[in-house]
Amino acid sequence: MKRKTSITDLWVNKLLQRVCKPELLEEIEGDLLELYQEWVKNYGPKKAKRLYLFHAIKFLRPFALKKTSPLDSLKPNFMLQNHLKIAWRQLFRRRSHAFFNISGLVLGILSFIMISLWIWDEVSFDSYHANQSQVARVLQNQTFDEGVVQTWRAQALQLAPVLRNTYGNNFKYVSMASFQNEYTLFFKENGLKQMGMFIETSAPYLLSLEMLHGRREDFDGINSIFISESLAKAFFGENDPMQKILKIEDFPELQVKGVYQDLPHNSTFAGLQFIASWEVYQKSLPEWVGWGNSWFQALVQIDEHKTMEEASLAIRDAKLDHMSKESGERYKPQLFLHPMTEWHLYNEFKHGKNIGGRIQYIWMFGVIGIFILGIAGINFVNLSTAQSEKRAKEVGIRKAIGSSKFQLISQFLVESLFLTTIASVIALLLVQILLPIFNYITGKELGIPWTNYFFWLSMIGFTFFLGLLSGSYPAFYVSSFRAHRILKGSIYVGKSSRLPRNILVCIQFTISLTLIIGTVFVFQQIQHVKNRPIGYEVKDLITIPIVSGEIQDRRDVFRNDLLQSKHVQEVSWSSAPINLTLVTNSGMTWSGKDPELNEEFVTVKVSHEFGKTVGWQLTKGRDFSRDFASDKLGMVINEAAATYLGFKEPIGKKIKWGNHGTYTILGVVKNMISQSPYEPAKQTLFFLEYKGPSQLNLANIKLKPSSNPKEALRKIESTFQKYHKQNIFDYQFIDEAFAQKFVTEEKIGQLSSIFAILTILISCMGLYGLAAWITQYRNKEIGVRKVLGASSLGIWILLLREFLLILLIACGGATILASYFVSQWLDQFEYHTSLSIWVFVMAYLIILGITLTTVSYKTIRAALQNPVKILRTE
Amino acid sequence: MRRTYIGELEEIILLLVLRMQEEAYGVAITKEMQNQLGRKISVSAVHATLNRLGKKGLLSSYLGGATAERGGRRKRFFKVTSTGKQVLQDIQEVRELLWSQLPPNAFST
Repeated sequence: MKRKTSITDLWVNKLLQRVCKPELLEEIEGDLLELYQEWVKNYGPKKAKRLYLFHAIKFLRPFALKKTSPLDSLKPNFMLQNHLKIAWRQLFRRRSHAFFNISGLVLGILSFIMISLWIWDEVSFDSYHANQSQVARVLQNQTFDEGVVQTWRAQALQLAPVLRNTYGNNFKYVSMASFQNEYTLFFKENGLKQMGMFIETSAPYLLSLEMLHGRREDFDGINSIFISESLAKAFFGENDPMQKILKIEDFPELQVKGVYQDLPHNSTFAGLQFIASWEVYQKSLPEWVGWGNSWFQALVQIDEHKTMEEASLAIRDAKLDHMSKESGERYKPQLFLHPMTEWHLYNEFKHGKNIGGRIQYIWMFGVIGIFILGIAGINFVNLSTAQSEKRAKEVGIRKAIGSSKFQLISQFLVESLFLTTIASVIALLLVQILLPIFNYITGKELGIPWTNYFFWLSMIGFTFFLGLLSGSYPAFYVSSFRAHRILKGSIYVGKSSRLPRNILVCIQFTISLTLIIGTVFVFQQIQHVKNRPIGYEVKDLITIPIVSGEIQDRRDVFRNDLLQSKHVQEVSWSSAPINLTLVTNSGMTWSGKDPELNEEFVTVKVSHEFGKTVGWQLTKGRDFSRDFASDKLGMVINEAAATYLGFKEPIGKKIKWGNHGTYTILGVVKNMISQSPYEPAKQTLFFLEYKGPSQLNLANIKLKPSSNPKEALRKIESTFQKYHKQNIFDYQFIDEAFAQKFVTEEKIGQLSSIFAILTILISCMGLYGLAAWITQYRNKEIGVRKVLGASSLGIWILLLREFLLILLIACGGATILASYFVSQWLDQFEYHTSLSIWVFVMAYLIILGITLTTVSYKTIRAALQNPVKILRTE
Repeated sequence: MRRTYIGELEEIILLLVLRMQEEAYGVAITKEMQNQLGRKISVSAVHATLNRLGKKGLLSSYLGGATAERGGRRKRFFKVTSTGKQVLQDIQEVRELLWSQLPPNAFST
């Protein structure tokens, strides 16, 4: 029978014996044991054991612990000092080796920190809003033609009362709001263009605004406005902003009831300079605005006792129940909540389902960051093992005079920790220096969180981890050398150590190659889309929003006035800029229409000269003309619309649009990119509109190509001022706006090219170090070969062969990896470039070139040496 | 007047040692704390306090005989030194002085 183990055999006793003062130990152990016996009686052996452990561990407090005497502390510290001294000497003894080793690590750590900061910023998006996890926006899925489900962020204004009354138990706050938009604010005569929105009274709670003046509850629904700290400064300087009267365009006067802290850059509401009473806005809307007009956003905060899923499910039919039966069956609107936590990273919907969004880039760069760090780590391992073979003699002597294996391992680990610490410190300093550039590229405001203890903790932990991980292989490898063999000089470090190293180099190159290929494809995709015919002329075209009725009432006079100027070629009006789609409509019927089709068209209201201004390209029929009064019921459609309507010969065909009237198709124009350039063009109808509370609130002006834009703008502005002083002259060049469509992808391209270059750089450093080592290692062999008649060329090729083989394998790996990831990425774009083999070939050639240059520098020198010099010492 | 100031837990343990006379050692004090005062306290905390009091010169200690239930380990018994007794008396005096000065309606609110 097994002897029953006593409680005094427990590990914790050994610990106590080791660390407790010997004079206290007897009493401590005795007391614990005595208590233990009592516990066994009272609670049984199991609990007693737990109590014993617990109380024993509690004895590890200062009074009971051994004071370490100066003599005791000497031993480990002495070794540590020695290790550090050796590490320091090694650093200077092999300067080039240390340089490559450390700089590779620095680059790796640098990119890793940068990427981590970026990811942290992205992931913590919107975390400024205290109730982030409970706030959501109400979205709707609607079914359109051919069963396509579209997800809209916009809602009808009747939704909020319904949510409050019928579904009120799900929500703490429900708030209707306009979308964030730029408005012109006036304080007396001072006008400023500012981003803001109209929102209901619960907004300060919903958005967790930090009030600097006033209280959250002061945001009443009568005529109040809250402004941001920076707007308060801009308007009132040091003066008290409270109770001042502001005016937003043509809305009634508003009174400043509060000032809130500026919202941070990583918030959806960043740059929100004011919130104004929703009621004021609602009164300005025409009365017919109903369930069919999804023009607003609905923000909610769910009740504490409800989960997001419950609330989301509960409101599904909130809209359906209030629509006419006919349109309800047709569009099948389903409401759901999109929580604030997902606004930024999971913001794309396809077929009514969330398909992620920016989160893919988080993953992408996260993986890249780890890859780069991995490459740097591999470098470190490779160079260290290569070096440590050189230090075999040192190891042999150390072993001979009595070093234990443990001491040797710890020596090499201390060395690698020493190097990683240096690298981390340098990397951190470099990050601080390079962050502004990185911020410029990414468009962020990142900073190193110097005061965040978590940051320091992870930084130190990370350095340690990296040092131990990359130092452990060389440490264990070298310390396992046999002393007598080393000292006899017969150490054979052949294939067995080279194979793992070659595998590591191969992995490095696979990753670098994959990154290069990926980056090239990102740029190719951007270029591909940029080359897509736009369908209009972006150059010298500007749009200016017209908010003042005084200009709108005298459009023709204003236009003629502008045309007088030598800078302006054409002026026209429209309801939307040519580069954006603002409104889609349905309710059209035409002969041959499929009765099942839920039609949807982009509709743009224009004036006669719109086509001439933007330079659209007619393929059939004619443009609008002032010569035909009947053109008021005419339409110009794009090619996509012609296909959509199904007319072979569209000119002269009629389209009936609800009770707006029946329109005749006058002309067909080429498709124009007015949405995402990655998507196919949408069916679009252009028609004339002058009457009523017109929505032709945008002036399109084409400058003469010969004109100087600056001068032209000054002239146009002065014309504007003549008609209406308060109309802030706010213009936009269409070519700039168009370029904005590529910004995200271009940023991704820039970032990934930076990281691709970094990986190549790091890999090359490793390669260079390795080549240097191999040539030195095979120095004697080279000498002998040369004496026996080998040519320099032959030796060069001999040395290269190994690297070329590694490269070949890496190419194969990269082909598979890159084609997988790139095709995944490209698939999300409707309009995308194809995987061309040339990109792959080019990447291989580049890498080949780089490898050859790096390796050759050392190998050619080795091959050209005079063999006598090498062999003389023998 | 030079005085050693001690904390509440120290004071109680000091008093307990004084009261328990020859029987004051770690486990016994821990048990007394729990049984008499209903105060749950870990044995290590008692040890720490005893140790501190010893350092302040309020307690002295000696090793007693070994017992079987302690696996042959000896107990360390504690005794209050004359300084310790002085400190306890001082505390008591201060208390009494202050209590006697309380106005009669001090507790009636």
